[in-house]
Amino acid sequence: MALFNRTPRAPLEYTRTLWMRLWITSVLMFLYAPLLVLMIFSFNDSRRNVVWRGFTTKYYEKALNNDTLVEALINSLTIAALATVASLVLGAMAAIMLWRFRFRFKGVVDGTISLPIIVPEICLGVAMLIFFARINWPNDLIYPFNLGAITIAHITFCFPFVTMVVRSRLASFNKEEEEAAKDLGASNWQAFRDVLLPHMRPALVAGALLAFTLSLDDFVITFFTSGPDTITFPVKVYSMVRFSVTPEVNAASTLLIILTVVLTAIALRLQGAKNISVSH
Amino acid sequence: MAEQDWKEDKKAFWAVSASPLLWTVLFFLLPMSFVWLYSFGSNVGLTEIEISGTLDNYKRATQWLYLSIFLKSFGVAAIVTVLCLIIGFPVAMALTFASEKWRPWLLLGIMLPFWTNLLIRTYALMIMLGSNGYANKAMGWLWDGASWIKTLVGLQPLPTWEPVQLLYNNLAVVLGLVYVHLPFMVLPLYSALDRLDKSLIEASLDLGAGHLRTLLKVVVPLAMPGVMAGVMITLIPALGAYLTPDLMGGTESQMIANVIERQFKRANDWPFGAALSFLLIYAMFILIALQGLRRKNGKEAH
Amino acid sequence: MSDKSPIIEIRNVSKRFGKVTAVDDVSLDIEPGEFFVLLGPSGCGKTTLLRMIAGFELPTEGQILIDGQDMAHVPPNRRPVNMVFQSYAVFPHMSVADNVAYGLKIAGVGRGEREERVREALELVKLGGFEARMPDQMSGGQRQRVALARSLVMRPKVLLLDEPLSALDAKLRAQMQFELADLQDQVGITFVTVTHDQDEALSMANRIGVMHKGDLAQLATPADLYEYPANRFVADFVGSVNIFEGTLSVDEPDRAAVDCPGVGKIFLNHGVTGPHGADVWVALRPEKIYLHVPGQGKAVTAAAQDAPDGHNFARGQITGMSYLGDITLYDIKLDGGETIRVSRPNLSRHDQDDFTWDDRVSMHWRADSPVVLLS
Repeated sequence: MALFNRTPRAPLEYTRTLWMRLWITSVLMFLYAPLLVLMIFSFNDSRRNVVWRGFTTKYYEKALNNDTLVEALINSLTIAALATVASLVLGAMAAIMLWRFRFRFKGVVDGTISLPIIVPEICLGVAMLIFFARINWPNDLIYPFNLGAITIAHITFCFPFVTMVVRSRLASFNKEEEEAAKDLGASNWQAFRDVLLPHMRPALVAGALLAFTLSLDDFVITFFTSGPDTITFPVKVYSMVRFSVTPEVNAASTLLIILTVVLTAIALRLQGAKNISVSH
Repeated sequence: MAEQDWKEDKKAFWAVSASPLLWTVLFFLLPMSFVWLYSFGSNVGLTEIEISGTLDNYKRATQWLYLSIFLKSFGVAAIVTVLCLIIGFPVAMALTFASEKWRPWLLLGIMLPFWTNLLIRTYALMIMLGSNGYANKAMGWLWDGASWIKTLVGLQPLPTWEPVQLLYNNLAVVLGLVYVHLPFMVLPLYSALDRLDKSLIEASLDLGAGHLRTLLKVVVPLAMPGVMAGVMITLIPALGAYLTPDLMGGTESQMIANVIERQFKRANDWPFGAALSFLLIYAMFILIALQGLRRKNGKEAH
Repeated sequence: MSDKSPIIEIRNVSKRFGKVTAVDDVSLDIEPGEFFVLLGPSGCGKTTLLRMIAGFELPTEGQILIDGQDMAHVPPNRRPVNMVFQSYAVFPHMSVADNVAYGLKIAGVGRGEREERVREALELVKLGGFEARMPDQMSGGQRQRVALARSLVMRPKVLLLDEPLSALDAKLRAQMQFELADLQDQVGITFVTVTHDQDEALSMANRIGVMHKGDLAQLATPADLYEYPANRFVADFVGSVNIFEGTLSVDEPDRAAVDCPGVGKIFLNHGVTGPHGADVWVALRPEKIYLHVPGQGKAVTAAAQDAPDGHNFARGQITGMSYLGDITLYDIKLDGGETIRVSRPNLSRHDQDDFTWDDRVSMHWRADSPVVLLS
C-alpha cells in the first residue's frame, strides 16, 4: 500500500484515505504485534521475554521433550479430529432436517439445537462437569477412550456451528436439481449423493475447519471435563502460564500458531478466501 | 421453497433427525437440566447434594456482593462491545471499500487471529503488557521523548519514567477482551456493509451530502442489522468470559464466570454455582429477547 | 459556432483501471437543453464516462467542464449535476417524501419551500399522494419515479441517467421512454442518458454518441445514425444490417459503385470519397430490399430505374424464414454465395404466403439505400 497516492482518489475509495490507512495499520499492529513478539522470543536465549540474548532453538527441544506437553498436544489433536468428524455428520443431518422437513414444534427444535452456540461456555462446562459426575463416567479408561467425556462435550458445542454453516449453504440449493435427478431415474439416496452432497461440499469443508478450530481452541469446557490424566494442550498451556511462565510456552505456542496458519492456507487452497469468509 | 411434511417420508426424516435429536437430548438438555435441578438443591455432606427445591441459592445470588459482580460483568462487556464497535467500524469500512487486490488479504488479516488459539493470544498480549513488556517500553520511550522536547524548549525535564502496572487490573481485562473479540465484531459489520448497495452512498453524495452526513444518515442506518449482530456476537461471549479476567485481571476484576468457576473448583458449592449459571443464562435470554423485540419493532415501523 | 456554449465539455478524457482502458481519449460537447444518449454494448465505457461527469470516477487524463467550469477538483456533492442510478438507489429507510427532500435539506432550503418543491416534483413524475410511502411498498417503476423526482427537485443543470429503463419490463419501458422525453420537454433540463438499448436511444435522443471499446464511434442524430452509420460497428449495433466486403470500382462526386464478389455490383447515387480500388464494406438494411418472383424481369427493371444495367439486383434461394407478425424475415442464399437477410412488411393478411422455404427469388434495392463503410 503506497502511502502517497499516484492517481487521484475517487469519492468512494475510502480505504485510500490516509487516516483510514493509519487506522487499519494500527489495528493490524494491535492484533499481530503480540503474536509476533511471542514467536520471535520463542527463539530468544533467555528465560525472560524482554531482552534479546541470541538465537536458540533449545526451548523447542525442551518443549518437544516435555512429555506431558506433547501428550497434551496429541490429546488435543485426537479430540479435535474425532469431534470434527462427529460434528460434521450430526451437523449436516440436523441442517438437512431443518431445511427439508416441516414438523410440529420445529421452532422449538431449531432453537434448542442452536442453543449451545448462545449458552456461555462456562455454563456448558459446568453442565458437563455435573453430568459426567452424576452418571459416574469412568475416568480410568485407556487411550483414546479416556478422552470420551471431553470429546462428547466438544461435539455438543461444535455441531450446532456446522449446522449453521451447512444450513445457510442449503438455502441456496435449487430443489429442481434434485427433482431433475429423480426424473432421470435416481433413487432418494442417489439423488442425495450425486446432487445435494456436492452442493453442500464447500459448507462441509468450512464447517469441518470451524469445528476443528473450535475444538482445538476450547479451554473452558475442557477445563471442567478433563480429569487429572486427560490434559489437553490449552489446559496444559493454561497451567504453565498460570503457575510458571517459561519460554517453553512460547515455543509450544509458536508451533500451534504455525499449525493454524498451515491449516488456514490449506483451507484457502481448497475453496478460496471468499467462501471461507462468507461462511463465518 | 416449500418444505416437505415429515409424514410424507418418515424413513428419510428419521434417518437424518434421529442422531442429532438424540445427541441434543442426551448430551445437552440432560446436562443442562441437571444444572437447573442442582440450582434448587443444597449440599449435604461432602459430595452428596440434595435437591430440595430450596430457593436459598437464588436468594444468595441476589445479595449485593454477587449482584454487583453481575452488574460489573455487564458494564465490562458493554464497554468492550462499544470499543470493538468504534475500532471495528472503520476496519469494516476499509474492508468494504478496499480494492479487489487488497480485500482478500485484509480479510485474511482480520480472520487469522480469529482462528488462532484464544489462550495463546491472551498469553501473547500478557507478554506485551507485562511490567517489562513492550507496551511499557514504548510508553517509556514516548515519555523520554516528551521530556527531551521539554528540555529543548528550555523547560524542566519530566521525572524519570516509572513502568506502570498494565496487567492484573480492570483496564487489562477490557483491553484483553477487546483484543480477543475484535474479529467477531468486524466480520458481521463487514458482511452488512458489503451487502449495502454502493449507489445509495453515491446517491447521497450526488444530492449534495458530505461524507460524514452520508455516513450518519445513510450508511449507519442501513448497516444497523449488521451493527446489532456484531453487538450481540461480541456482548454475549464477553459477558460470559472466563479466561481473560482470570489471567489478566486482578482480584478486583473478577467477572461472573470466575465466580461460577470458583464454586465448582474451589468453594465446592455446586448448587450455588448452578444457580449463578442459570442466572447468567437467563441474562443472555433477556438480551436476545430484547434484540428480537427491537428487530420486530423496526420491521413494523417500516 | 452555435450561439449557446456547451453545458458539458469533455476534452480528451481517458480513464484507465489498472491496465484496462475504459475510456480512450474521448472529446464531446453536450448542448444545453439536449436529450443526449450514450449508446453502446456493455463494457464500452459509457457508464464510466457518465460516472466521470457525476464525479464518482476521476479521469486519468483530460478535462471535464460543466457550464464552463473545470470539474477536476469538484467532488460529486458540489457538482451542478444529479444522477438517477441504475438500481435507482432510493434510500430504503426513508419515506418517499424524505427521499425527495434529502438534497433540499442538505442545501438548507426552508421547510415551507421544501415541502412545496417536493410536492411539485412528485406531481411532475405522477406520484402525487405517495409522500408517506416507504420504498419497499412500491413497484420498480414507482421507485424509479422517486429517484427521478429526487434528482429533478434539485433543479440540476444536467440530469444524468444510468440505464434508466433496464430494470423495467418491456411494456413499462416503452411507456417510460415517452414519459422521459416528455418530462425533458417540460423541465428543459439537459438529460444525459446511458443505455445499451438502441430502440431506447433512437426514440428518446436528440443526439446519440455511440461508444465502442472506450472510443466514440459516432456522434449523430438518431436518423443520421441509422441511415448513415460511420463504420461497421455502428451499422451493426444500431438496427440489423447486411454487410458485404467489396472493392470500390467507381467513385465520382455523384456516383459510386462497389464490386461485391458474393453479391454482385452495388451502385450508389452519391460519391463516397474513398481511395479507388480500396477494400470497403457495403451496409444494406434488410427493410430496404424488395423481393420479386423470379423470371419476370421485375427486379432488373426496377433496379434499372436509378442504376446502370447489372447493378443493384440479385437472385437467390430462401433458406430460412421467420414470421414476426408485422414483418417477415427471410434469409436468402444468393447465387453469388453470400447470405442476405431481407425483411418484408406484411401489408395485408396473407403477404407472408407470397414466398416460402426453398423458393427462388430475385430482389433489388434503390441506389440511395446502400452505405459504403471505410472501416
